[in-house]
Parts: sequence; structure tokens; C-alpha cells
Amino acid sequence: MSTATVATTDGAAPAAARRPSRLGWNLLGLLVFLVAGFPLYWMLNTAFKPAKDAIDPDPSLLPTGITFDNFDRALNIADFWGPVGRSLIVSLSVVLVGIVVGTLAALAISRFAFRGRKIVIVGILAVQMVPLVAMIIPVFLLLNDLGQYDRLTGLIITYLTFVLPFTVWTLRGFIVNIPRELEEAAMVDGCSRTGAFIRVVFPLLAPGMVATSVYAFIQAWNEYLYALMLLSQKNQTATVWLGNFTTKHGTEYAPMMAGATMMAVPIVVLFLLVQRKMAAGLTAGAVKG
Amino acid sequence: MSAADTTTPAKVPPPRQAPPPAPKRPGGKRTSGGAATPWLLLAPCLLVLVLVMGYPLLRLVTLSFQKFGQSQLWGFQPAESVGFDNFTDVLGDDEFWTVVVRTIVFAGGAVVLTMVIGMLIALLLQKVSGWLKTLINIVLVASWGMPVIVATTVFKWLFDSDYGVFNALLSKLPGVDMIGHNWFASGPQGLAVIMLLVVWGAVPFVVITLSAGLTQVPKELEEAARLDGAGAWGVFRFVTLPILKPIIVMLTTLSVIWDMGVFPQVFVMRNGHPEAEFQVLNTYSYDRAFVVNDYAQGSAIALLTVLLLLGVVAVYMRQMLKIGEVE
Repeated sequence: MSTATVATTDGAAPAAARRPSRLGWNLLGLLVFLVAGFPLYWMLNTAFKPAKDAIDPDPSLLPTGITFDNFDRALNIADFWGPVGRSLIVSLSVVLVGIVVGTLAALAISRFAFRGRKIVIVGILAVQMVPLVAMIIPVFLLLNDLGQYDRLTGLIITYLTFVLPFTVWTLRGFIVNIPRELEEAAMVDGCSRTGAFIRVVFPLLAPGMVATSVYAFIQAWNEYLYALMLLSQKNQTATVWLGNFTTKHGTEYAPMMAGATMMAVPIVVLFLLVQRKMAAGLTAGAVKG
Repeated sequence: MSAADTTTPAKVPPPRQAPPPAPKRPGGKRTSGGAATPWLLLAPCLLVLVLVMGYPLLRLVTLSFQKFGQSQLWGFQPAESVGFDNFTDVLGDDEFWTVVVRTIVFAGGAVVLTMVIGMLIALLLQKVSGWLKTLINIVLVASWGMPVIVATTVFKWLFDSDYGVFNALLSKLPGVDMIGHNWFASGPQGLAVIMLLVVWGAVPFVVITLSAGLTQVPKELEEAARLDGAGAWGVFRFVTLPILKPIIVMLTTLSVIWDMGVFPQVFVMRNGHPEAEFQVLNTYSYDRAFVVNDYAQGSAIALLTVLLLLGVVAVYMRQMLKIGEVE
């Protein structure tokens, strides 16, 4: 490839020493690629494998033929679309509430100077640090008392505890990257503060809001413990659904991998789409500190 | 609390970063609006957080000082205060201390592995060809995005004793026969597999964040160090590392918080009933509350876990605030 040109532009090391080492680095990189990607590959490989090849003690590393039987089995082992529908309702509601409430709060802590601002920021950060598992006992008892056990609304409210602080903090990161002067210019030109936000800040913030929403959606979609504890078997969500493949008679691995594929692929695709944007928002200014 | 604050009149000192007053607008209206608006904007968020977070947190604390079991859950008996009994019970229990040590060893191992592997891969990404870098990035982001439950399920399958591909691959090595080896028969081996799962899931975030940081290390500084006779290690140690320090502190503290908090990985890997040898603090607290039905002791353990993490959290928050102030 362009090793030679890279080496010469790099300047510091002699080109001759560079060429073989680039090959070595690439081989090492290939190893990283294979090891990191193997679990994903094996999930897909098993999902599309004929069931009898999946229980081969000496499995072939390459695909042995493509079948959709495992997906068929996965869809029939327990109701699939019910849990998916419930997961969608929960995640979308959480995102909707989270993003509206979160944007307002993010605006407050990034665009206004007021007494107590620092305390609010510390509070929001601190809340993010409380482990979910520590909260499950009181939340369970609380929802039990309120008659919200086994209700989706209870789960939605509970999910806000981790989605909301995250949303506020991330959106704050996006907002501080929008130059304040733009808003001020709009206000000089006669816009009200709200008008300046809607006409100037909002369009610039929209991509960040989309990325944050998708990310929050993924978090809510992936949550397991609360979904397991706060909903009964008949109201289970998608993550809990994946447990249906293990019974006391053993685990049906090939259909389980098909189920895993159905759950993971949409999420991974969504994640691939927004990750770059999120990483930029999360690390902006980090080095300067 | 927020309601009271929204009504405070405009006796606030001049705002630190107040935008210059717009010449066309009367100044009085702006300042009075300026004091109340942030609180109005914050009100819904604070309200939700106080309701869904503040109350349960308070309950967690009160619960840990009460006697609260099955009969209190069903309302047959009122919950009565028992002072520090739950804490003395928990702290006097040898099993608790075993779990604490196990959790710390597990989380410590996972954090060190995550950070070292993450750093090595991030540095490697600077050396490999562009196409390979893209490939590795796609795989990393894809595994990062994998739902934890799915990843756990996949690892369970990889390490299955009879048909798992890992045993099959190991057995290909001369003189090794691992077919039928049950990785989960012993606690340490099983936890090592779970640690691998945690590290596999955590490395991508570290690599991607560090890679972004590495692009911001000024080339001139590295060059200057090299001219002054620093080797590759010297450049890394004295140029790259100090510049990346804020990111590394942030990532390490986050990893500690996350790895001390593993729950689904252990829980699902052991089919919802982790054996005594697999208990970490979170599963232990869950076990006490929902299996033994001693909600009070479960809360006490959860509270102790939070206290254990407080120091790490403080470091993380300081770092985040420092980053947050650079605007």
C-alpha cells in the first residue's frame, strides 16, 4: 500500500526500517480484529447453521450452509412480538420524556448563570453514579405500594432515573459547543430569547438530540434487571425474552443465537450510526482539561 | 424544593457569564427573567429526579435500619426500626467479607485488563493501515453496541462445556483435551470467563475514547521528544501519557464504577441463581433481598456498596467538573 509515502512524510524514522514493521503492526491488528469480532461472528454463524451442526463437538469454523430454521424456532418458542412491542413502548416513551425534560434542563445549566448551578450539575452527575442494582429494592417496594408492579408505566418512570441524567449531561456537552454569539446576534436582531433558541440553537442542536435519543433508546432497550424484576413473565420485555431458551432440560443454543441476532442486529446498526457523533460529544474538550 | 427556588426574587448577584444586554430590550425585564428561567427550565427534570430517585434513595437508607421481610412486604406486620442491627449482622458475617474481596479482585482485574488492552489497541490503531483501522473500528463499535444480555448469552455458548467452540479450539492444541470441560464448575474459572466477557464489552469504549484523545496529542511535542533522544517508550511515558491523563482518569474511574456494578453478566451466566462461589456484591445484595426475602439486609449491603464506591465517584466527578468548566 502507501507505506513508502507514509514513511517519508513521517520523516523521523528511516523508511527502510518502517516497511517491515508496518506489516508486523498490520498482522497484530488483524489478530485484534479476529479476536474482538469472533463472538459476533460466532453468534451469526450459529444462528444460520443447521441445528445438527450446532451440536457438533468439533464445530466447523466456517459456515456449513444457511438455514432459517433457527429463526423459525426462536419466533415460536415464546411470543416474540409481544415483548418487542412492550420494549418499544417503554423505550420510546422514556426517550420522549427524557429528551424534552432533558433539553430544558441542559439549556438551564449550560446557558444560564445562576446561584446553585454548580450544585445542580454535581447532583445530576452524582445521581448517574448510583448503581441501578442498589435502587432495585426500594423501587420494587415503592411500585408495589403504588400498585404499579407489572405495569409498563412503572418501568418507564424507573428507566428515567438513568436515562434523564445521562441525557442532560450529554446534551449539555452539545449545547456548550454551539457558540453563544450566534444566539446573541439573533437577539440583537430582535429575536426573543425563546425565538433565538428555536431559530438558532435548535437547528444546530438537532443532530446531537437525535444521537442522544438513539443512545438513550439503546440503553432503555438493553436494560435487563428492572425489566426482569418489575414485570411478570406474561409482560416480559425483549431482553428478558432471551431467557426463554434455557429451561431445566437444557439450552437450545442455535435458536437462542438466532434470537440473540434478532435482538442485537437492529441495536448494533443504530449504534454504528450514532456512535461517531456521541464520541465527539463525550470527549469534546476532554484533553484541554 | 424546586418550587420554592423558582419563586425566589431577583436578588441574585450579577450572573457570571451574563450575555451582554441586548440594546433594543429594556434591561429590567431581562434580569428578572434571567433569575427565574433557569429554575423553571430545570423544574421538570428536578421533579422527576426527586420523585424517582430521591424517594427510593431515602427509602434505601431507612430500609437498612428496619426489620423488613416477607411479612412486612405483605403488610402483616409494620416495619420496625432496629438501629444498626442489619449492618452489624452483615459486617459480622464472614461470607460478606469474602464477597467484598471477591468483588474487588474481580473488578480490579477487569479494570486493569480493560485499560491496558484498551491503551495497547488504541496505540496499535495508529500504526496499522487505514483499511484495517476501519475494520477494527467497525468490529469494536459493533461489540460495544451489543446488548449486555446478548453478549452474555453468546459467551455462555462460546464456553459451553460440550459444544462450545472455545473448548473445541483449545483441544486442537497438541496434548490438550478440553472437550466436556465445565468452566463454571469452579468459581474462579467461571469468574475468569465472566471477566473476559466484561473486558470484551468494555474495551471498545476505552479504545475509541483514547483514540480520539491520541489524535489531539500534538505531533510537534512527540517530534521534539524524539529529537531530544527519547525512545518510543520515553515519548509515550513523558509526552502521550501526561496529555491523556484526564481521559485516563475519567475512563478508569468509570470502569471501576461499572465493573463493581456487574450484575446481569453474573446473573444470566448462572441462569439466575449464582452459586455462593459466584456472588459479587450486587448479586449478593439481590440474593439477600429477593431470594432470602430479607429486604432490609439487602438494602444494607447495597448501601455499603455505594459507600465503598464513594471515593472513586468523587475522583470521577472532580474530573468531569474540570472538563465541564472548560467551555
